[in-house]
Amino acid sequence: MKVIISGCGKIGTAILQSLIKEEHDIVVIDTSANVIETISNRFDVITLCGNGASYDVLVEAGAKSADLFISVTPSDEYNMLACFVAKKLGVRNTVARIRNSEYNNSGFDYIENELGISVSVNPEFLTAKKLFDVLSLPSATSVENFLASDMEMIEVVVKDDSKIENLPLYELRKKIPRKFLVCLVEREGKVHIPNGNFIIKAGDKVGLFASKTDANEILKYFGYNKKRIKSIMIVGASKIAFYLSKLLIGAKSSVKIIDIDEQKCLEFSEKLDKATIVHGNGMSQELLIEEGVLSTDALVTLTGKDEQNVLMSIFANNKNVPKTITKVNREEILKLSNELGLDTVVSPKQLVADLIVSYARALESSKNSKIETLYSLFGGMAEACEFKILSNFKTTNVPLKDLNISKRVLIAGIIRNGETIIPCGEDVFRIGDKVIVITAEEPVYDLSEIIG
Amino acid sequence: MNYKLILSTVLKVIKIEAVLMLLPLITALIYKEDCFYSFLITMVVAFTIAHVVQKFIKPGEFYFYAKDGLITVSLTWIAVSLVGAVPFVLSGEIPSFIDAFFETVSGFTTTGASILNDVESMSKGTLMWRSFSHFIGGMGVLVFIMAITRKTTDRPIHILRAEMPGPIVSKLVPRSKDTAKILYLIYMGLTSILVVLLLFGGMDLFESLTHAFGAAGTGGFGIKNNSIAGYSPYIQWVLAIGMLVFGINFNLFYLILLKKIGVIFKSSELRTYVLIVISAVALITFNIYPLYNNFSSAIRSATFQTSSIMTTTGYATADFNAWPNLSKIILFTLMFIGGCAGSTAGGLKVSRIVIALKKIKAELKKLLYPNTVSVVKLDGEKIDEGVTSGVSTYMSIYFICFVILTVLISFNGLSFETTVSSVSACFNNIGPGFDLVGPTSNYSVYNGFSKIVLSIAMLLGRLEIYPLLLLLMPTTWKKK
Repeated sequence: MKVIISGCGKIGTAILQSLIKEEHDIVVIDTSANVIETISNRFDVITLCGNGASYDVLVEAGAKSADLFISVTPSDEYNMLACFVAKKLGVRNTVARIRNSEYNNSGFDYIENELGISVSVNPEFLTAKKLFDVLSLPSATSVENFLASDMEMIEVVVKDDSKIENLPLYELRKKIPRKFLVCLVEREGKVHIPNGNFIIKAGDKVGLFASKTDANEILKYFGYNKKRIKSIMIVGASKIAFYLSKLLIGAKSSVKIIDIDEQKCLEFSEKLDKATIVHGNGMSQELLIEEGVLSTDALVTLTGKDEQNVLMSIFANNKNVPKTITKVNREEILKLSNELGLDTVVSPKQLVADLIVSYARALESSKNSKIETLYSLFGGMAEACEFKILSNFKTTNVPLKDLNISKRVLIAGIIRNGETIIPCGEDVFRIGDKVIVITAEEPVYDLSEIIG
Repeated sequence: MNYKLILSTVLKVIKIEAVLMLLPLITALIYKEDCFYSFLITMVVAFTIAHVVQKFIKPGEFYFYAKDGLITVSLTWIAVSLVGAVPFVLSGEIPSFIDAFFETVSGFTTTGASILNDVESMSKGTLMWRSFSHFIGGMGVLVFIMAITRKTTDRPIHILRAEMPGPIVSKLVPRSKDTAKILYLIYMGLTSILVVLLLFGGMDLFESLTHAFGAAGTGGFGIKNNSIAGYSPYIQWVLAIGMLVFGINFNLFYLILLKKIGVIFKSSELRTYVLIVISAVALITFNIYPLYNNFSSAIRSATFQTSSIMTTTGYATADFNAWPNLSKIILFTLMFIGGCAGSTAGGLKVSRIVIALKKIKAELKKLLYPNTVSVVKLDGEKIDEGVTSGVSTYMSIYFICFVILTVLISFNGLSFETTVSSVSACFNNIGPGFDLVGPTSNYSVYNGFSKIVLSIAMLLGRLEIYPLLLLLMPTTWKKK
């Protein structure tokens, strides 16, 4: 697929890095000659130095025959204009980053339609949503909601004193009388899809496919007995903090936001009535303790500096704050998060990159099945795809045990009429079903490719 | 540096080279020649060794930086030449390994300088391998590997840059692999057209293939002692034009395929190239007319020799050694200019000359009006300061290398003209020079040491100096 990316900052580079793994033909546009030089040395793409909203530059980049145009420059207006021009030139799909909440209101559909923007992404809101999901299930290190169903993928580390240690999975299923499935296990840095004889040990990170209502109950067996999070402390009055606070306040949690910049504090206190805003340096441990970090349920560090976020979270972990979430942008630190003993780590740019990759895959998908959504799991080491079965799909109404399904994937669920079935050998695929496929190796682009 | 990945790439290239030896092998089979066995042995042994060693090294990491690219390219070219020389020695047609190495380097670097006194006595298989090496070397060995194999490295641009000649390497399409494929398809397409045209001229398939390979790679190995002189005027014209075509930047052919014909007229490199050729032809025709007393043969000889030297091919239809001094000096000058960037030709490249002249103009203007600010532009686009200074640095290194090589060759004690022209002919990948190494004679007059120096000169010229220079720098190999 021909893809044009305009703007190659943090987010643009993360998108580029993910898309290049999918073997797309990519043209990168940026106004900075230095950025362009670095990109052309690092990636196998064509680079163009210029204004991504300019007609001439877009023509030179091949917009007339491109399939996807992504504008992720820092300016919303610029991105909208670039998408508009690109669409008029003949690009089939356009993605714009639009962050300003003043655009993201009820009239936004109108803007999207008129300007020909296929998808708009707001990395900050996306991150806030993800953080909110994690905070609603604090035992998990990560939670992924499957859009089409009431199920979620919960990533959780098995504790030393859990009741299920050293049990094979088939026993586990008998022991816990709920609808769930252990899909993935991470041990010693590698992710596997386990079979029924797999024995879980303490320290393993497992991926649980379970319904939202059962989640807390199931997690008890894994050694977790956490209460709902009611009070949250956020350091850094960023856009993410704003969206997250709104979501949390909506869920009746108490929120305290700390920031070093007085102006921002004033702004926040004007916009967020129910939150407590503190003006001070979050890096000061004394201040954190004074503001009650020891009694809070969760600390979320969202300042612009990765190092500061990491240090604050480590401090909170040592003080036994029940839940800490760290925002990290640099990959180097993301990779170190285990060594640093961090609990949950989120990377906004990776969230956006995952979203765009799943969108690009959906554009490419074949006639007999369609990728609806793609979820990146275990820090990108595994994936869950939601396929929709279309009328051309061949092997419908055949029991799964009679299909030769590839060993490298797991069919975690079949969603039919809003109900999720965790399939056994007798279940069948029907037209219109949505199928959730988990893979830990090569990505799956088409459902029929896993049926050999 | 990623030694494992570099080594495994080199081994991969050797395996491919062994496969490519099928062409001379088949030729030898058709003509029932003994050299069949020397090719067979070389293929089997080289492939097996490379394959076995490759099994033992697993490149764990795929990181690959600019220096890795440069080192890979220079090591590959040396390895390919060493392996390619083996059949010559085994068949006994070139008994000395140094001679065989010289001949192979000359082949792969598309120089076409030979040490053979009697080309016509060689077997057809060997001649085919000599000419085929021009074809392989012309567009680049690693570019070929990139086009046909699965992903080799994460950052193939470093290999493309190190192997493709010219100051700026621009990709045609986003992925390097696809760019390499397109380049090779254009290359093979143009070569096939040339083969057909030569077949029309009455050459048999063997002759047209070898000559088309020689012209396509701008190499210049012939299969006759008098090069092209014995062939019909039609063939001479076809080859003259053919060589000129292969001296043009291949990116332009791609743009023609995309029906963007307008770009061709905008390319100042192409304009300059054509202008230089036309003026050289005009001057030489005028200068040599008294020798021929026949306008059509004078212009044909002038065009052929100009095209052959300018594109650094080295075919000859006339003994230009016997031409008046003006013509010889013009040809000598053309040797240094060479073809366009991104072609198979050697030399300094027209685009470098254009950029250098523009830079000189800007600097002179600055002397006159010290406060002017001027930007060097090529085809309407600003040229980065890094590129212009890169061009100046390259030219300095180029002339320093030229002087050092000339001094080294002068130890052999041959005439001034022979020494200077042989270094120029090898360094610029042309082949024949003047006097003792003129078109009617060859490099067998040199001793072993000089042949090695000249082989290095050819590699330096083909790879545009830096990769090989980096290989010789001690700091490259230091651990920290």
